[in-house]
Order: sequence, then structure tokens, then C-alpha cells
Amino acid sequence: MRVALFVTCLGDQFFAEAAADAVRLLRALGVEVDFPRDQTCCGQPAYNAGYRREALQMARHTLRVFEHAEYVVLPSGSCTATLRAFYPELLREDASAYRAATDLAQRTYELSEFIVRVLGVTELGKGLEGRRVAYHHGCHALRELGLREEPLTLLRNAGAELVDWEAAEECCGFGGLFSVKLPEVSLAMADRKLDTLPAPDLLTSADGGCLLHLAGRLEHRGRSVPVQPLASVLWEAHRGG
Amino acid sequence: MEVKSQQYPELARKILRQTPQVREAVTRAALHFDHNRQTAYAEIDAAFWRQWAEAVKNHVLTHLDHYLELAEQRLAARGVRVHWAETAEDARRVLRELVRAHGVKRAVKAKSMLSEELGVNPALEALGVEVFETDLGEYIIQLAGEPPSHIVGPAIHRNLEEIRRLFHERLGTPLDAEPDALAREARRVLREAFLSAEMGVSGANFLVAETGTIALIENEGNIRLTTSLPKVHVALVGIEKLLPSLADLAVFLQLTARAATGQRIGTFVSLIQGPRTEAEPDGPEEVHVVLVDNGRSALLADPEAWEVLRCVRCGACLNACPVYRQTGGHAYGWVYSGPIGAVLDPGLLGLEATLPLPFASSLCGACFEVCPVRIPIPKLLVTWRQRAVAAGLASRPEAGAVRAYAEVMTRPELYRLFSKALRVFPGALEHPVLPVVRAWRAGRSGLKPSPKSFRELWEEGAV
Repeated sequence: MRVALFVTCLGDQFFAEAAADAVRLLRALGVEVDFPRDQTCCGQPAYNAGYRREALQMARHTLRVFEHAEYVVLPSGSCTATLRAFYPELLREDASAYRAATDLAQRTYELSEFIVRVLGVTELGKGLEGRRVAYHHGCHALRELGLREEPLTLLRNAGAELVDWEAAEECCGFGGLFSVKLPEVSLAMADRKLDTLPAPDLLTSADGGCLLHLAGRLEHRGRSVPVQPLASVLWEAHRGG
Repeated sequence: MEVKSQQYPELARKILRQTPQVREAVTRAALHFDHNRQTAYAEIDAAFWRQWAEAVKNHVLTHLDHYLELAEQRLAARGVRVHWAETAEDARRVLRELVRAHGVKRAVKAKSMLSEELGVNPALEALGVEVFETDLGEYIIQLAGEPPSHIVGPAIHRNLEEIRRLFHERLGTPLDAEPDALAREARRVLREAFLSAEMGVSGANFLVAETGTIALIENEGNIRLTTSLPKVHVALVGIEKLLPSLADLAVFLQLTARAATGQRIGTFVSLIQGPRTEAEPDGPEEVHVVLVDNGRSALLADPEAWEVLRCVRCGACLNACPVYRQTGGHAYGWVYSGPIGAVLDPGLLGLEATLPLPFASSLCGACFEVCPVRIPIPKLLVTWRQRAVAAGLASRPEAGAVRAYAEVMTRPELYRLFSKALRVFPGALEHPVLPVVRAWRAGRSGLKPSPKSFRELWEEGAV
């Protein structure tokens, strides 16, 4: 089985090691990994901010890049949702592009989703034994992709203890440009999440943007909680820590 | 009500900075409602009934002319006088005529978002009519001189201490009065108003076309008194509130109550079918229904935005919304707040008057998940954002930046160049001249690029 990895711009720039861990993990699970070199950004920030034309421009680019991939796997819930839910919407007026978009949508998966739903793997190893892990559900992964149990199952089966977090499913307040357009509201939302966060050994999520925002806010508030992208945590689960 | 929606960012900032207790009170109340909603939804096949409700509403809205005519005919047959109001001013004119015709000095009002939209209280007060809000929450904010901050719980932004102080100043209750004592005092004042008012004004949760039935849901009994004690009852009804039949109503009453407060049904449900008759000697001598358009038919004709008219005003999306919970409703600057306000207000008032509202969301989608009639609020938010951008209403630097970003992202070689530059000058991301970076760094630390991009790791064979 061959997978084209869409690292996404945020992953490429800020979470390079986590993206590398995603590759290591997929290979360890017997999957061949490609990295189509012309890939850039899925266009989500433009789409969310109402820039339809620019989002369309980027969607067409990404469609070309991944045209022939058997599967596209992303270490990001919200970028996966962009390809799966928003590209068909963006391209609804162009019949052939729409067909290409819905076709791509069917081949596109978030990393943990791919592991559980396509590979049928729910046990990666026991590398998280004894670790208290807090999982932040990115909103698009949760509500656009319907991903709730998949990442939790992988974490739990690797021995992690998932901490009881009242606001685990609440939006962290990142929202792309939202966080800079309405900074006070965005920070108040992050604070609500962090105020209810118990003291875990590790905070993780499938979404890099949320993690940048939450980690940045944690550090600003002088609280120290290790933050790590899901791809790295899952690789650790497999590798044995 | 004055429209201050353009000031959303300033109003939100001010509330967060100056009245932190609002955030606390709203969060607590909204999460409580939302939790109850979740429990109440879990008792039924919520996914099924939400789809059913969506379909019924879509049917009514796409056959609205038919149902409005039917409703008018059935109401008239029961002796209800039906008025058509194309604008807010038309609706106020009906009220003014009734005030004059009946020598109204006092009016009691049931909580109604539509009456806020129409500016009923100032219009009545301008005629010298004394107006009493009779819902306890609405009465509290009337005493405080504020608009409601939530569709269902108008005073949820107020904590007990503030209400104690308010009642002390306005009604003379002791500063340490218990909630029961405060409610008793409000009840004493309002009871007198119920008995002496010549006119009762209400909204309508639903209007059943087939039978000409006005349906009202409440928990306090004040609506029942408002609509039955005074000799004239006026119900203000948005034209989108129609339902075909009583069988539909039976389900909508339950679904709405579950969505709003997590109740299986409201404590009181009033079904009003006309003024008193010889056979039914209770109730008002005259019942008037004002069917209000005020922008709704134009919105219905908008193929991309009409779905918002399915709204049953349950407030579930407000409770579920993490953005709303930080500030409460006053930041939104008009009657309808929260996610639904962010897509309804532009539809009723126009985009320019309400511009930042569609951006007052992180698009987390919690609103859509709870909406009893499945209004695709996130999709509508993006639609309004796209319209704002297409109309050139976005700031020029922002539009320019997004254009440049799209150019870079569709030219892989250029993207690589930027990626390299970021590693040669990582300090670029610390530069406070970049407004995005400045806003980001105001409350968050660090924005450190990986030492090497993934692309570099891959190309070096390090992966």
C-alpha cells in the first residue's frame, strides 16, 4: 500500500519532526510513503476567512499534486477536513473539478483515522505505559470528520491513561485568522481550556495549529505542560518510548 | 433597538476587560443549559427528529404563501384580527392604533425577541404607556435598562450580587435578600401590573396554519397571564414561525424545549385560538395577530442564506458556542446574538451594518451539532465572509496578504524559497512589524520554526 503524505504547511514549517515520525510510523506499519514535492498549503486559512478565489486557487493546486495518489494521509484533522469537506463545496460549479474533488475526498485521511479505519490497526505497541495524556479534540477532526474514538483508542491501547478533561471537546480558540482578528476572545477561549486542564504528563492533538496556540498560551502563562503532536506520540507508542 | 454590531470587536474586548464576571456567569449558565440539552437529546433519537424538523420547516418556508393565507383565514374564522406588517414601523403602527383605540395606559409583555427587534417598548413608552416585562429575567434587564444577552435567558450575564443590588436600588429590597425574596417582590409588582394592564403583548413560538393556533412556551406562567388577563392581546409573529398542523406542533414543542433548556416540554404551553366567546368566557375580548416580515421575505429569496429562517429561537447554539460564552450577547450589538445572530443579523439588517459578526466565530461547528432544525451555521458564516470579501469590505492589507499567500502556495519553488528564508532569518517571525505576529505574540509565547523543514529532512534522506 502506498500513501502520499500531505505534511501541510504548518507541519512542514513548525512540526517537521512530528511529520517525520508520521513517516516512520507508517513505514513501520508496512506502508510505503511518498512525499509529492510540489505540495504546499491546503488553503484552509483563505477559505475560512472568506477568500473563495484564493482558496479555489490553492485547492486546484493541491488537487493536481495528489491526483494520482492511492491514499492521501495528513497529520492534521483540520487540513483533512479542508480536502474532504470544503474542496467539493468550493468546486461545486465545475463538474469535472468537482468529480476530482469528491474522488480525492474519498482517498483522504487524517493519520490516526487512516491507521484505525484503513489499516485496521488499533494496537501500536505499549510505549505510552503509565503516561497521563490529555487529548485535545480539534474541532474539524471531531465535527467534520467525526473522529472521536480513533485517536483515543490508539492512545489508550498503548497504555496511556487519558485524563478526565472537562473541556477536551471545546474549541481552543485558534481558528486560523480568528486568533489574530479577535485576539482577546481567542485567548479567553484558550484560557477556558487551560483552566480546566488537569496536570497531564503530556498534551497532544491531531491539529498543529491548536497545539501552537495552546502551547504558546501555556508558556505565556508560565505553566509547564509538555505538548507534542499526535504523530510523535503515536510513533512513541509504537517504538516503545 | 440600536444596531451596534459593527463594534463587535471593541464591545467584546470591553466586556472581557471591564466586566470579567460576565464571562463567568454566562459560561456557567450556558454550559448548564447545554449539559441539560445533551441529556434531553440523549433520551430521543435526536438525529432523526432534527432531520424531520428540518424537513418540516423547509416545507413550510418553500410554501410560505400558502400557509400564510391558510393561517390568516383560520385565525379570522376564530375572531382573531390579522394585521400584516412589512416593516418594523408597520408593526409599531398597529400597536399605536390599538393603544389609542383602547386608551391603553399600561401594557404587560411576555418575553419576545421579535418585540426587541421591532422596538416595541420605546414605541409604547413614547405614547405614554407604562410597559412591564413579565418574564423574570426580562424584568431584571428592564430594570437595569439593558437589552437581553441571550435568546432564552435574557439576564444570564448577571450574577446574584448584581441582581440584589439592582432590586435594592429599584424596588427597595434588602441588600442581602435571598433569591426567593427577590422573586416574591417581582411577583408583587407584576401581579399588580397584570391586573391593571389594558393590553398584553406577546410573541409566538409557533403559529399553526391549519388551525390558526398561536403556541407559546414558558416556564413561569407570566405568558399565560399576559395573554389572558388584559382585554386586548397582541401577538407579534414573524412569518417564518408557521407550522402546518397541530401534529407538527406536538413534536416541535418537545424538540424546542429539549434544545433550549433540556426540558421535555415547557412548564406551560399555551395554545391560543381566539378571543373569549360565550362558550369560553375567559381570556381577552380582542386578539390581534401581527404577521411581521421586516426583511424575512427578502432573506427567504436569498438562495445561499435562507436556511437561517428555520430558526426556532431556542438558543441552543449560543449555549454550545465557546465564542458566545466568553462575552455573552451584548457584544454582538443587536437583538440576536451568538452563532445564530452572526448569520441572522446580516440577513435581516444587511452585511454592512453587521460586518464583523460573521467573523465572530472560530468555525468550530458546535452550533450546527446542537441546532434542532440543523441550520448549517458554519457554512452560512463562510458564505457571509465570502460576500464581505467579494464586496471589497475586507481590509486592504489583509486582502493583499491573502492574495500574496495564495500566490506563494501555488508556486512550489517560491514556497521553498520562503521556507529557506525562514530558516536563514528565523527572527522574521519575531518581528513585531508584522501585524499578525504582533497580535499572536500579545498573548502567546514562541512561534519557533523547526530547525529544518520536513521538506529538507526528506530531501536530505533524514527520514
